[in-house]
Amino acid sequence: MLSQLRSIWEILKHSVSKLDTVQYPEQKPYLAPRYRGRIVLTRDPDGEERCVACNLCAAVCPVDCIALQKDTREDGTWYPEFFRINFSRCIMCGMCEEACPTYAIQLTPDFEMCEYDRQNMVYEKENLLINGVGKYPDYNFYRVSGMQTAFKDKGQAQNEAEPIDTKSLLP
Amino acid sequence: MAAELKPVLLALVILLGGVGGAAVLTWWERRLLGFWQDRYGPNRIGPFGIGQVVADMIKLLTKDDWVPPFADRVVFIFAPTAIVVAMMMGFAVVPFAPDVVIIDVNIGLLFFLGMTSLAVYSVLLGGLASNNKYALLGGLRSAAQMVSYEVFMGLSLMGIVMMTGSFSLVDIVAAQEDVWFCFSQVLGLLVFVVAGIAESHRLPFDLPEAEHELTAGFHTEYGGMKFAMFMLGEYLGLMLISCMIVTLFFGGWMGPAYIDHWLPPIVWFGLKVFFVINFFVLLRAAIPRPRYDQLMSLGWKIMLPITLINLVLTGWVLLSMEA
Repeated sequence: MLSQLRSIWEILKHSVSKLDTVQYPEQKPYLAPRYRGRIVLTRDPDGEERCVACNLCAAVCPVDCIALQKDTREDGTWYPEFFRINFSRCIMCGMCEEACPTYAIQLTPDFEMCEYDRQNMVYEKENLLINGVGKYPDYNFYRVSGMQTAFKDKGQAQNEAEPIDTKSLLP
Repeated sequence: MAAELKPVLLALVILLGGVGGAAVLTWWERRLLGFWQDRYGPNRIGPFGIGQVVADMIKLLTKDDWVPPFADRVVFIFAPTAIVVAMMMGFAVVPFAPDVVIIDVNIGLLFFLGMTSLAVYSVLLGGLASNNKYALLGGLRSAAQMVSYEVFMGLSLMGIVMMTGSFSLVDIVAAQEDVWFCFSQVLGLLVFVVAGIAESHRLPFDLPEAEHELTAGFHTEYGGMKFAMFMLGEYLGLMLISCMIVTLFFGGWMGPAYIDHWLPPIVWFGLKVFFVINFFVLLRAAIPRPRYDQLMSLGWKIMLPITLINLVLTGWVLLSMEA
């Protein structure tokens, strides 16, 4: 009986306590910078697409929502011919971001992507690409990788040693 | 002519006010429960979300009015109306203010008890006619609960009747001129509140419904407007019990001693009823539902003896004062 009275009193005290509800459409919740929301494809500081179509994101995706096709540019760099994410399947796990060797695919603090038509949840490359570098402002894959392209020979990348001349006897 | 028309007009006002009040109460209760659970409750439609009432009404009105093929059709349709009619009839004897009462009969209290007892038939028949195991269990529970709680609900009021010497509710309010019965009849008040909750099967004692055990209890098979009638009846019952608690124990239309003249009587009555209703909602928010056998033993082993003690004490005091 006493505990009943006590619980009535405890509940009554809640008349003046702060409400937990976040009134969502008017009042946005705080989303951390590393919140895992809508996926974007970023560009390198020179404005080129970072994605090199390595397929690691598609391979690691647990729900198989990423589809892409590799193509090669005239200067020897790789890029995705198409890049498609089916957001009606995506579970925002962020494994694609972890797998990505070029920081191209990144998750953003945005989850407001409701559609009336399910087909509209399938984002193509032009929907995914942003004009920005995302979380890694200075990174440019082709400047640090040892891959040979039209504008850069072997050994010319950042922090990359000159290739060893295997025919030379000099140390 | 005007004198004859007055009760009719009053009855119309109470009818509309009762239905409207019950509708607003659904919203108010949800808001209150929300605040007590640290959330907002329905606040989207209209100012403070009061438009929710209209939205709910539209939804219930446009729902399919369906009778399950295995149900007893006539009784099934009759049951929800019975509770509304019975509860509405109960309002006929409630004195809202001096001269604002539809009919002041000299057995007003008995009439009220009779009408609330009739409301049991609605739940019982609804549960029986649904031809559904859950509904039947709900109806059974309701029957047992009513039978046991009816006993001391009536008896708990006999102390008041002894002190007033009348069954008329107007006389009972008038007898509280000096001191409200909530002070002289503490035990009676306690028992009546508990029995009142059980009678209107509100939350701590909503065993006939008990969502967690019986899906929806006696109204499992009901939908649309027939379900709405049950809800209307429940909220009317809540209001009726609140009105009766105010009338019988808290001085009806009279304000507290020295500030009586601050507000008109009808406003005092409304305020008090509002507080009692909020208290019932608070009980709903705070107290868990007892087990079925706990409910029964609470009724027969605690409430009934308290009522009898109250009766004996009241009689003893009255007699010794006479002597």
